[in-house]
Amino acid sequence: MENENHLRSQLTKTITRPIEKIVKFFITASAFAAILISISIVFTLLTEAINFFQDPAVTFKGYFTATRWTPTFQNPEYGVIVLISSTLYIAVIACLISFPLGLFSAIYLSEFATKRTRKVIKPVLEVLAGVPTVVFGYFALNWITPNIIQRFIPGTGVFNALSAGIAVGIMIIPTVASISDDALNAVPNSLRNGSLALGATRRITSLKIMFPAALSGIIASFILGFSRAIGETMIVTIAGGQYPELNLDPRSAMYTITSSIVNVSLGDTPHGTTAYNALFALGITLFIMTFILNIGSDYVARKYRKEYE
Amino acid sequence: METKETIQVNSENVFNVEDVSVSYGEFVAIKNVNMDIAKNKITAFIGPSGCGKSTLIRTFNRMNDLILGTKVKGTINYQGVDLYDKMVDPVQVRRRIGMVFQKPNPFPKTIKENITFGLKVNNMTDNMDERVEKALTQAALWDEVKDDLNKNALELSGGQQQRLCIARTIAVEPDTILMDEPCSALDPVATKKIEDLMQELVKEFSILIVTHNMQQASRASDYCAFFTTKTSDDGKRRTGELVEFNETTVMFTNPEQDLTEQYISGRFG
Amino acid sequence: MLLESTEKNMSNKAFITGKKAENAIKESLFLFTLYICVTIAILTLMTLIYDVLSTGITRLTSDYEVGLITKIQIDNPVDFLTSLDSRYPDRAGIGPAFAGTVWLMIIVVSVTFPFGTGAAIYLQEFAPKNRLTRFIELNLTNLAGVPSVIYGLLGLAVFVRLAGFGRSVLSGGLTLTLLILPVVIVASREALKAVPDTIRQGALALGSTKFQAVFRQVVPSAIPGMVTGMVLGLSRAIGETAPLIFMGALTYVNYFPDTPLSGFTAIPIQVYNWIGYPQAEWKETASAGIILLLGLLLIMNSLAIFIRNRYEKDF
Repeated sequence: MENENHLRSQLTKTITRPIEKIVKFFITASAFAAILISISIVFTLLTEAINFFQDPAVTFKGYFTATRWTPTFQNPEYGVIVLISSTLYIAVIACLISFPLGLFSAIYLSEFATKRTRKVIKPVLEVLAGVPTVVFGYFALNWITPNIIQRFIPGTGVFNALSAGIAVGIMIIPTVASISDDALNAVPNSLRNGSLALGATRRITSLKIMFPAALSGIIASFILGFSRAIGETMIVTIAGGQYPELNLDPRSAMYTITSSIVNVSLGDTPHGTTAYNALFALGITLFIMTFILNIGSDYVARKYRKEYE
Repeated sequence: METKETIQVNSENVFNVEDVSVSYGEFVAIKNVNMDIAKNKITAFIGPSGCGKSTLIRTFNRMNDLILGTKVKGTINYQGVDLYDKMVDPVQVRRRIGMVFQKPNPFPKTIKENITFGLKVNNMTDNMDERVEKALTQAALWDEVKDDLNKNALELSGGQQQRLCIARTIAVEPDTILMDEPCSALDPVATKKIEDLMQELVKEFSILIVTHNMQQASRASDYCAFFTTKTSDDGKRRTGELVEFNETTVMFTNPEQDLTEQYISGRFG
Repeated sequence: MLLESTEKNMSNKAFITGKKAENAIKESLFLFTLYICVTIAILTLMTLIYDVLSTGITRLTSDYEVGLITKIQIDNPVDFLTSLDSRYPDRAGIGPAFAGTVWLMIIVVSVTFPFGTGAAIYLQEFAPKNRLTRFIELNLTNLAGVPSVIYGLLGLAVFVRLAGFGRSVLSGGLTLTLLILPVVIVASREALKAVPDTIRQGALALGSTKFQAVFRQVVPSAIPGMVTGMVLGLSRAIGETAPLIFMGALTYVNYFPDTPLSGFTAIPIQVYNWIGYPQAEWKETASAGIILLLGLLLIMNSLAIFIRNRYEKDF
């Protein structure tokens, strides 16, 4: 009985170490910081953007209907449509480059490449993904524009949407390629073998079996690539120019949301001015666009993961 | 299933298991187990896979707590203390009741650190070198590793790794050692070493071993519990049950239940 | 063999072989297209590197001209790395920007590492599986997709203005921290996930608390993976330009930062500045800056690969 009581007291004693509690508190707080960051992004963008719309020179209607973006002019105009259309225009050029190149690279990697070629090409794509955007900007301005664009389309200006779009496209190739590659690899091998066993060629198997089977993952990669193209800043700022009026000529300079954010902030904009607030109005516009795309991509990607689990 | 009396031998009991059922969410893994487990003896759990024997042994040191949604009904008394009492700290339980796993799982550290970890977390930091030597000697590993205690444990062979895991378990001086198919990943030579080792260790510890190897159970254990699965009437659920619990010699020569005999003679399972 | 003999038996042999040839052409055309696509991606990278190297190398090599005109130059890498920026492209050095980048790295690592690994450890090892946890996870995925320029705006509002750190290297470092935190958390979680459950069980079976099992066994095993993730996150941070523009890094800063509250510039910002000058000579200087930036990234990525290969354990 005495033994039993001794054992009971040993088994029921809990040792509390204050250091454990402190560390646990810290790591819990760290995890919650993620929520805090999101909240503060939305909060700061919103409050300053609201200030922007309270300026009498700015109207909600003007923001969405005016066809010029000239916040630093004498008679400022705040036509965000100019910026949105430029942004989408350059993003579409980028997608025209990156979707086929990225997708075909992924098909090559997952369906045709040997293990050894994979081992070479994957790191190359990773390096490409790691190149800072300012370097792509330099490349667009100093190599793509003179050596490609101006050679084949004479008379194109130094700053043009085409060159910026191509560079952004190259930048997103790794994103599209690696997510599509994952999607193709997630398709069960039995499907591939089944098709080959029926006598289908590798091309037919890739295009008619694997591609549809991995479609939702591939679409997710496209959406994410598009979202990244919209948010890309330095390439379009360096190579895309700042043409503040509505136009749809790929040879002309354009003015994206991101490059106008950079340019407005260049002049050390003092706090409280309309130009300063405009930064945040543009910020939330950009945030909403990319947020919707990212959620969409995540949703589609989740669907394909469910299909094969 | 009133086989309890048979084991009421002279030796003291370490566990009293009363009407224990274990379930994960909706799924009942094993139900209505009654047994008393003898002190300083080797008790083997045998039975076909899925019969809940591993699940049951994990309730004995509350390793089951780690799996979300696990529920244990009934009582498990450990030397008179209800292990599932609200006041009982599972960490203290595991300190007294050690466990060796199916696959050797040494920490990816040196041999010595594998032993000292348990000592440190249990505040047994006096005479550490002595304790390390004693544990490794008891686990019949000392002679093989005494010259490279600072070698990474993952460089040892599978059998040595498993004996290292036994060494680190006994280093913290538990009363009982639970072994969950400790030889299933080992070759026959390494298995033999572990079985011999168990015969030494049982002088000091109570040992419970889950095994799918009937020869092992017959060779190495004093008592033997045979579990099987019963399929529910609608055929959807399979639940583990204790069929027979007996002295090993009786179990393997003259089992009381037909089911046991069929299993042992290899006619099912 | 079987296929061939069947074909021979077919009466319409010509048709089949014709079809086969057509198929073969289609197959090779398709494969050729795939090759082209992969090659374009690789070729672009090589062109980019070649262009930068060939343009920038003149600014980085010692080049004592024996001619009629002796240019006053500081044509060697050490001078380029340590000198101040200049109005003359052949004298402009990247010293302050290099120092600024080093400052940023120190701040980013010292803040990101504890918070990033801390959050990862909580989410992977301790967090209950409930809605709140899932919400945090969803949040992290979304944060990783927010354009970097938005983080710049956040930094401007929170660190520069609200916290009063001004347009300083501290504000810059903290902004970059927010930017890479989600990436680092995800990478650290992967590292923890890779530690087998048997290690956790082994530690717990010895009577350790969950806390001890996690911090003394699981985390040490995951450290190489966590460091790799940190290094990759850091290499993303030092290449970032857009968020730093709001930290005043574009205003002409030509001194070495000496406190966390100093104004600063950073390598990518300095490169961006140089790209902006129209004269051709600046191209060389900008390229030299890019070479330095790419060199740094190469070193860090090699380091990450080295750690991964050297310390990754096979359980």
